[in-house]
Amino acid sequence: MTEEQRLEEFQRKIDSGEKIEPKDWMPESYRKNLIRMISQHAHSEIVGMLPEGNWITRAPSLRRKLILLAKIQDEAGHGLYLYSAAETLGASREELLENLHTGKAKYSSIFNYPTLTWADIGAIGWLVDGAAMVNQVSLIKTSYGPYSRAMVRICKEEAFHNRQGYEIIAELCNGTPEQKQMAQDALDRWWWPAIQMFGPEDTKSTHFEESMKWKIKAESNESLRQKFINMTVPQAEARGLKIPDPNLVFYPETKTYTYGEVDWNEFFNVIQGNGPMNKQRVRARKKAHDDGKWVREAATAYAKKKSKQSAA
Amino acid sequence: MINDTQWNLWEVFVQLKTGKPHEHVGSVHASDKEMALQNARDVYARRDKPVSIWVVPSDNIVATIPQDNEAFFDPADDKVYRHPLFYKIPKGVSVDIH
Amino acid sequence: MTYTDEIKKHLSIYAQRHGDDRLILGHRLSEWCGHGPILEEDLATTNTSLDLIGQSVMWLKYAAETDGLGKTEDDMAYLRSEREFKNVLLVEQQNEDFAYTTARQFFFDVYDLIFYSELRNSTDETLRGIAEKSVKESTYHVRHSSEWMLRLGDGTEESHQKIKNAVADLWMYTGELFFMDETDEILIKEGIAIDLNKVKTLWYENVSKIINEATLEVPSLDTFMQKGGRKGIHSENLGHILSELQYLKRAFPTAKW
Repeated sequence: MTEEQRLEEFQRKIDSGEKIEPKDWMPESYRKNLIRMISQHAHSEIVGMLPEGNWITRAPSLRRKLILLAKIQDEAGHGLYLYSAAETLGASREELLENLHTGKAKYSSIFNYPTLTWADIGAIGWLVDGAAMVNQVSLIKTSYGPYSRAMVRICKEEAFHNRQGYEIIAELCNGTPEQKQMAQDALDRWWWPAIQMFGPEDTKSTHFEESMKWKIKAESNESLRQKFINMTVPQAEARGLKIPDPNLVFYPETKTYTYGEVDWNEFFNVIQGNGPMNKQRVRARKKAHDDGKWVREAATAYAKKKSKQSAA
Repeated sequence: MINDTQWNLWEVFVQLKTGKPHEHVGSVHASDKEMALQNARDVYARRDKPVSIWVVPSDNIVATIPQDNEAFFDPADDKVYRHPLFYKIPKGVSVDIH
Repeated sequence: MTYTDEIKKHLSIYAQRHGDDRLILGHRLSEWCGHGPILEEDLATTNTSLDLIGQSVMWLKYAAETDGLGKTEDDMAYLRSEREFKNVLLVEQQNEDFAYTTARQFFFDVYDLIFYSELRNSTDETLRGIAEKSVKESTYHVRHSSEWMLRLGDGTEESHQKIKNAVADLWMYTGELFFMDETDEILIKEGIAIDLNKVKTLWYENVSKIINEATLEVPSLDTFMQKGGRKGIHSENLGHILSELQYLKRAFPTAKW
């Protein structure tokens, strides 16, 4: 087959809803685009452990502590599934981590914000995981088989994340005036970063066209963002919380909210490393990796010795 | 060249119930067999309660490649006589075994 | 079963001691979450942490019940002071590095498995229940930390040196795992608690086997051992652990979370 025929066959498969599997022929830019997207997603899971990890030792009850710990552990698991999916495309985890540690690879900008109060743990579960779920449910439809399968597993496991976040917020809203204030403050600080999580409108995004043609992504950033807003605003109102957007207007006939202008200048700055916690987050990951080097080497050395012994 | 090791890749197969087949669930990195088994348990048995786990070094898996597909699989496509509905059974009798 | 107030008092102390061990060790392990040497180990460490904190909930719930003052397990965890915590000093030692964490865990896990295996014969139904559930978890914990002892001991020169130092530094905290006083004596008479001398012999046998296999030297049981934790006399570490653990509950005493 010529390159052109292959490409046609590839496009035919995608259009008919077949999944692409690791050993199938694929255009180089499909592979590259996917590795970039899946590894960003994986890095986001791993870096995302840090802001929540900041509260494990300070969780206010044993039950909350167990839930939070299990949730953050899930994120490690999800990072792992995603790195595995990227590995099926020929990327190595060594190399992907290297890109994260040197700042070459990006991750979700929201994790560059600090968690200041316990309510932030609620806000992350409710808003950040809520936004992530909207994105991930849509990604089940992605054309790449291993990525789609990872999404199925992740969505199944994450179903409780968003609920536990909302439960924390609800409990705070039922609590003392100080607690309610804490919940509102968290919403005020996390709302816009959560809205930004979907990225700017796709016309400005470089990979958009290919992503849609090859069904790497199933929906546009804007449509996912709208879905999230429509879903979340009533949840806030039900708890008596106010969304920090004076331009939010509800249109009953379309059941849709219009919203105010997003500060994309802030978004791009945070992505480029100027967020309040960028350096600390990457440094923490790199430190864990560097401190773990001798441990990984020890295990490798031990395995070598043992296999030599059993061969002898 | 990156001077690091994340260990070797192992494929993980989990059996959720006796009588059911082992199914591929994903992979883990591990330096040896015992670690691969433990990591598979810690990663893939956090929720479900499997009855058995298999781990296999990924490079020990032998697989067909898509170019093999026509030769390997298409010939099965036209052997309708392998499927039960190919056969006409006179009305009023049942040959199905219950 | 109905106990006298005297027995109940000691049962509560007993449950606090063993609950605190698991809560504090679980706390220390939870500090690794997100910082492990490799992703797979991050998940594994957190699993152990979850098991231990989960166990501490059962123990502290029983401690609160037998205490008879209408407290909950959260009151036990969040509202007792440094001098009221009764965990052994071993579990509050800092993580330092993966070798320290591994040695600390290994010493505890081997003890834990024998302890729970014995406790399954307790005359107390609640303790039997805790033991039945936990013994499965600790069986896995021992397997995991033993493997790491071997890998670090018989791995590279660097890892050998690190685990050697960790074993040497932490050894003096292991004696307290077998500490017994009148609380144990009274409860042993009732068949409720177990004789830790028996646990000690088995522990030393099992620990020695792995330490040897890890190409390390087995320290003697007759060396000087630290104690104090069971009576609420801790290292400086515990205060810091509690100031994190209890911060919210103490800052907002009337709030529910």
